[in-house]
Amino acid sequence: MIVLLPLSAIFIKTAGLGWREFVAVALSRRALAAYRLSFGAAALAAAINAVFGLLVAWVLVRYDFAGKRVVSALVDLPFALPTAVAGIALTALYAPNGWIGSLLPFKVAFEPVGVVVALTFIGLPFVVRTVEPVLADLGADVEEAAASLGAGRWTTFRRVVLPAVLPALVTGFALAFARGVGEYGSVIFIAGNLPFRSEIAPLLIVQQLEQYNYRGATAIAATMLTASFAILVAINLLQAWDRRKMAAL
Amino acid sequence: MRAIVGLGLLLSIAAATAPVHAADVTLLNVSYDPTRELYKDLDAAFAAQWKAKSGDTVTINQSHGGSGKQARSVIDGLEADVVTLALAYDIDEIADKAKLLPATWQKRLPNNSTPYYSTIVFLVRKGNPKGIHDWNDLVKDGVGVITPNPKSSGGARWNYLAAWGYATKTLGAAKAKDFVTKLYHNVPVLDSGARGSTTTFVERGQGDVLLAWENEAYLATHEAGGDKFEIVTPSVSILAEPPVAVVDKNVEKHGTAKVAEAFLRYLYTPAAQEIIAKDFYRPRDPAVAAKYAGAFKNLQLFTIDRNFGGWTKAQTAHFADGGLFDQIFEAAKR
Amino acid sequence: MKTTAEPGWLRWLLIAAALGFLGINLALPLAQVFAGALAKGIAVYRAAVVEPDAVAAMRLTLTVAAIAVPLNIVFGLAASWAITKFDFPGKAMLISLIDLPLSVSPVVSGLIYVLLFGLQGWAGPWLREHDIRIVFAVPGIVLATVFVTFPFVARELIPLMLEQGRSDEEAARSLGATGWQTFRRVTLPNIRWGLLYGVLLCNARAMGEFGAVSVVSGHIRGLTNTLPLHIEILYNEYNYVAAFAVASLLAGLALVTLVAKSVLEWRFGDAIAGGGH
Repeated sequence: MIVLLPLSAIFIKTAGLGWREFVAVALSRRALAAYRLSFGAAALAAAINAVFGLLVAWVLVRYDFAGKRVVSALVDLPFALPTAVAGIALTALYAPNGWIGSLLPFKVAFEPVGVVVALTFIGLPFVVRTVEPVLADLGADVEEAAASLGAGRWTTFRRVVLPAVLPALVTGFALAFARGVGEYGSVIFIAGNLPFRSEIAPLLIVQQLEQYNYRGATAIAATMLTASFAILVAINLLQAWDRRKMAAL
Repeated sequence: MRAIVGLGLLLSIAAATAPVHAADVTLLNVSYDPTRELYKDLDAAFAAQWKAKSGDTVTINQSHGGSGKQARSVIDGLEADVVTLALAYDIDEIADKAKLLPATWQKRLPNNSTPYYSTIVFLVRKGNPKGIHDWNDLVKDGVGVITPNPKSSGGARWNYLAAWGYATKTLGAAKAKDFVTKLYHNVPVLDSGARGSTTTFVERGQGDVLLAWENEAYLATHEAGGDKFEIVTPSVSILAEPPVAVVDKNVEKHGTAKVAEAFLRYLYTPAAQEIIAKDFYRPRDPAVAAKYAGAFKNLQLFTIDRNFGGWTKAQTAHFADGGLFDQIFEAAKR
Repeated sequence: MKTTAEPGWLRWLLIAAALGFLGINLALPLAQVFAGALAKGIAVYRAAVVEPDAVAAMRLTLTVAAIAVPLNIVFGLAASWAITKFDFPGKAMLISLIDLPLSVSPVVSGLIYVLLFGLQGWAGPWLREHDIRIVFAVPGIVLATVFVTFPFVARELIPLMLEQGRSDEEAARSLGATGWQTFRRVTLPNIRWGLLYGVLLCNARAMGEFGAVSVVSGHIRGLTNTLPLHIEILYNEYNYVAAFAVASLLAGLALVTLVAKSVLEWRFGDAIAGGGH
């Protein structure tokens, strides 16, 4: 299909590389450090988004306040803004002479933390938009029933609401994570891009290309793809299993 | 099935948007980042001159980007009539990988096919608070050096080689690696391109000194207002030659060989050299160079061919995977 | 009812926390864009926006979105239909596959089309002989955009269609409706809001895509530059004001579609509530 055909090109191109060369390019110490940063920052950003995304979705669904519609539209902004613009704006904000950066006692831009900031920006809509419909769909009756049985508000949330939104939350997390791993445009502006420290894996791909080494580039791409695909499959399988369990109840 | 229909649709769009060969000539000049302002002026001047001479209207379309990325686009089918890139290595790759022009392309025009040249200088903050005057000031503790990554930026390779050349000359070849390692230890942000580095230095206030092409340094001070930065010219630097070439196979296909050739020859004329000097590139024409001598400081320049054995050799020794640049960063982390 | 509501202070605390997070994470970057755009006054802003290259870039961006979005509606409907209405092994795998374009680095998304259609690629020499341009021309930009925005429609529809189940369709079939009738009369009305939502996101992303398009565009000023690429060019010319001005325009374009969505939701709020059964 539309996804598989183009992607196969990556693996076929990589196959032209010998095993030893593949290891040298895709599994070098520097590449491993870059994967660690890319996957780690993406996971951290997705986790932050899971917490705050749930909060935002909850507030948007359950409460009424002035300007709610504007806020709701704002959530989709990261989709709409070109990633490079997002990167430039975030860097301007968090640079030591920026609006936020000048207030903070530590450096954010040009450090690994900057990567997390950029990926949090990119990933937020995924969580909010997957959780929102489920929260809206969740009738008040179940919560009322729990409350009438004497459950406190916190207990109700923990025992009734959370299990219901968990699958959606996990999907949102997975999407935000997947997006974060591959993100390039916004991150290169705000990361310091120092090897071993603040260099993301997609940047390594670009560097391989810059050396006219298409095979090396596809080797790194293939490694990243395989890893993200494995994680996505695991998450989706987990969900399918969860759904079956729920259905059985 | 749907995919096939979709593809069919796209192919028909492709056919519809294919160029029509009109009487008016169109050239595509694929260039690198810092030449936008330069070619905007040169294209217009050439078009006027060509119109007066032949009566034909020539339109020159411009494409700009990182030098390596642009070369790759040409290799992969971007149909450039002429390429004007940051370093000869990128055009060598076009000749080697896609065979679009002969390997001897650099011999076809005067001065190694470089109608203008430049060098690497330092841009420091007003008043030069860290007292930076030459390369050896860059390795001192507490000096932040901003330069892009030579692995992802063609321009940055000139910076790196300039530092290496200085170290070889003053400290001896054995100490060069150590010197450059110290220098890159002082780099807090390694942008992927030259213009990214300039922004990091100028707009974000990072670092104390920016390594830049001379024309970029002039442009940056110009744009930011002359009162914020100063240009420091080191005692010795590298002769940075950005070459130009006609892409034979593409001009054959487009039937634009004559005008493409004329365009590149035009770059060597006094009129064009004036524009070049005004855009802060060093002109080749002796008369124009004499006229603008005040604008460009005299300094000792070494060349890539004499001191590094040419681009292909420099590329494998320094910038290939596992090369000296990689070793420098490996060492820094151990 | 009161038993399921939080105390007032907690409610305000939660709202404040959510708004605070959104404020720092979303509103400030947007404010930065507009501040940059208006740094030299409204006249400079207007000049940047009506400049011919900017207009050409906008036209191209809208054209690309106009081709890519309908294509993805068709693909997305087909994929989610197949996934939710039929059972087959490897379903979780297929869903993951749909998510994959999200996790592929945009640079790679562009690169794969260069590998396929570039001069050194499989179809390249044949295409050159027949003077058909795909990469470094509009078709390549469209293809890359389709690939990158592919997950949005499908991803929006799958959960919704899963939740709705198959009973409506089965009922329609048992009453003698053909497959197409069932789809048009039963499935489509049921999913229209999810579909609309997916389309809007897909559209926003299609207009904003940078990385993948940058690889396949060729960057020819006035010809193959989309708005995001034009922004990059301006930025690289140290023309920060114009860059932010065009960026704010793009954000504005996207916000228009998002506001349109909000208006639709608001006007037909009851219909949505009823639409989900």
